[in-house]
Amino acid sequence: MKAIADVVHTIRRTQLAVPCFRIEPSTRWPSLGLRELWEYRELLYFLTLRDIKVRYKQTVLGAIWVIIQPLFMMLVFSLFFGKLAHVPSDGVPYPVFSFCALLPWQLFAQSLTESSNSLVGNQNLITKVYFPRLVVPISAVLGGLVDFAISFVMLLALMIFYGIVPGWQILAVPALVLLAVMVALAVGLWLSALNVQYRDVRYTINFLVQFWLFATPVAYPSSIVPERWRVLYGLNPMVGVVDGFRWALLGKPESPGLPLLTSVIVVLLLLAGGLYYFRRLEQQFADIV
Amino acid sequence: MSNITIRCEGLSKRYRIGATYERYKALRDVITDAATAPFRRIRGAARNGHGNSNGHQAPAAQAAIDNSYIWALDDVSFEIPTGDLVGIVGRNGAGKSTLLRILSRITKPTRGRAEVHGRVGSLLEVGTGFHPELTGRENVYLNGAILGMRKSEISRKFDEIVSFAEVEKFIDTPVKRYSTGMYMRLAFGVAAHMETEVLIVDEVLAVGDAQFQKKCFQRMSEIGRHGRTILFVSHNMSALRGICKQALVIDRGKLIAQGEVNHTIDQYLAQIGDDGQDESVETPTFTVASVEIRSESSPVVKTFDPVRISVKFIPKTDIVEPGLFVSILTMESRRLASLDFRDFATAAPVKAGEVCEQGFTIESFPLLPGFYQLEIHLRNGRELFELVPHAYQFEVAETQVYGGRKLDDWFGRVGLKARAWGSSLSTDYTD
Repeated sequence: MKAIADVVHTIRRTQLAVPCFRIEPSTRWPSLGLRELWEYRELLYFLTLRDIKVRYKQTVLGAIWVIIQPLFMMLVFSLFFGKLAHVPSDGVPYPVFSFCALLPWQLFAQSLTESSNSLVGNQNLITKVYFPRLVVPISAVLGGLVDFAISFVMLLALMIFYGIVPGWQILAVPALVLLAVMVALAVGLWLSALNVQYRDVRYTINFLVQFWLFATPVAYPSSIVPERWRVLYGLNPMVGVVDGFRWALLGKPESPGLPLLTSVIVVLLLLAGGLYYFRRLEQQFADIV
Repeated sequence: MSNITIRCEGLSKRYRIGATYERYKALRDVITDAATAPFRRIRGAARNGHGNSNGHQAPAAQAAIDNSYIWALDDVSFEIPTGDLVGIVGRNGAGKSTLLRILSRITKPTRGRAEVHGRVGSLLEVGTGFHPELTGRENVYLNGAILGMRKSEISRKFDEIVSFAEVEKFIDTPVKRYSTGMYMRLAFGVAAHMETEVLIVDEVLAVGDAQFQKKCFQRMSEIGRHGRTILFVSHNMSALRGICKQALVIDRGKLIAQGEVNHTIDQYLAQIGDDGQDESVETPTFTVASVEIRSESSPVVKTFDPVRISVKFIPKTDIVEPGLFVSILTMESRRLASLDFRDFATAAPVKAGEVCEQGFTIESFPLLPGFYQLEIHLRNGRELFELVPHAYQFEVAETQVYGGRKLDDWFGRVGLKARAWGSSLSTDYTD
């Protein structure tokens, strides 16, 4: 029986078109290779799963760490910015106001850090097996989504506690999450590829993330930024994401309109550039990592 | 469908020398480079005179480039028909792995092109991507996906992989608790059950024990019978002879022979015997002029032959008591035996620049046919041994040691001079 199955299998295999790979020197204008990426979607799934499973192994608190980080940041922000510095919060209780922004921020910051270090962290794979390298930073970004989902439940609990009921806008949350992930990926593609060549990037990331936090309306509302700086400020795509989150969950600001649109445009440009840059450097990753 | 699966045309790969020391740059270096670049260009132009109008690099600059790069692979062209099992042999650093890395699409060639018809599965390292914290089951799926298998394919093969690896009981235990053997079997098992049209295997099997190796070679020839093409690097010549149809020989980045496996391997072995041993090698206090191992009763070294090892060296300073220390290693660098000159004799002092020769005669050479290397240390008189940084490969030729059959790894490395006895014998082959 087994022999017959084998034969049938062989026949079926020979009937399938055998793909042909051409191996050629590096090109200046590589294709984006998105179709191949799609063929490797299962690898994406398994790598993401690995990162999630491994992340909190051998920790005492385990997945509780996911909640602790934004929770403590929220407490610190509420104490220093809310209570002591009296930063305005658009009429929303400050803890909810800041926590609502911390969620997309954490998602972004974590995804960015992870994806920027992902290629260097997976160099054993890169030098030993072929697969579309894009899988690595993308899976690093996706890993952050689980943490986000857990803290999102926390946020809902906090909103119930303060008696805040979101409107229909809450339906926009998935799109906003996608946008946050895309910002992280867009920047992560640039940095991860750069990191392969220049290890300085690793040390720059923490600094960059901290700086970026203050350039994003997490601890304060974007309304306190002077009107004439708004356009420049809006070029930071996280402004649109965070404002969008507050709009979707808290109804403030009234409409995320312009900054959100700017975000989308900036992200698409960054992402296209990042993809291209990544693909171009990808050809040498195995030699220089 | 064409019946050529792999076609390479002029495949070349250039690496920067020293890449192992400074593989990645720090941004600082790039900035300093950029800052000094204009000055360098001016100085360069002044030195080379004015004429650089055609844009070609001046000979001096070209020579500098040639010196700081090496061609790990140099203009390699060949074709492999569908369904062939091909062994690739060559010394360490000859470019075998570079070739496999290019064909696996891990790295790009600098020049030339190749065409591969069919999906390629490559096994350049056992257990790539295995994560110690994950269970055997999780690792099988992860590793399978990394090697390019579909989830459904892994599920279908899962039981087969697990029974190949003999880890049924531990499949839900984190692999960090596995023994090395279990780990290796599971890792090889995943790769060995890929259904790609082409399988590329680097010398990964050398790490396991003999039983594991046997199992892997069996599995490979099984795969080969199903019409799939296999490229296979190994130092295990008898295994190659056993399972491959043809062989490629690569030396210093060039393809120097391709053809029927036994013939090609013989040619390769003869060539190894001829050169390499005469090149002089430097240590801090010695120049080693030659290292030789030869049989005193036949042109090639055979098991149980009287064998003579001799080393010629020239000290750079006066040495009170120069001493030779010879070890015989397997190709996997396992030490099999060593001899220390001092245990046998006391050498007279030598002056700097004086040629000195020392050696050993082994009455009956005990090693079975196969490949070995000599490791040489020299005592510089201050009680210190200096390693001669060169592995002197040699072969114990294929002969009928005990009787008719060819001995594989199953028999170990050492030949025993023995005869069988029994209460009643009809024939005694030893006579």
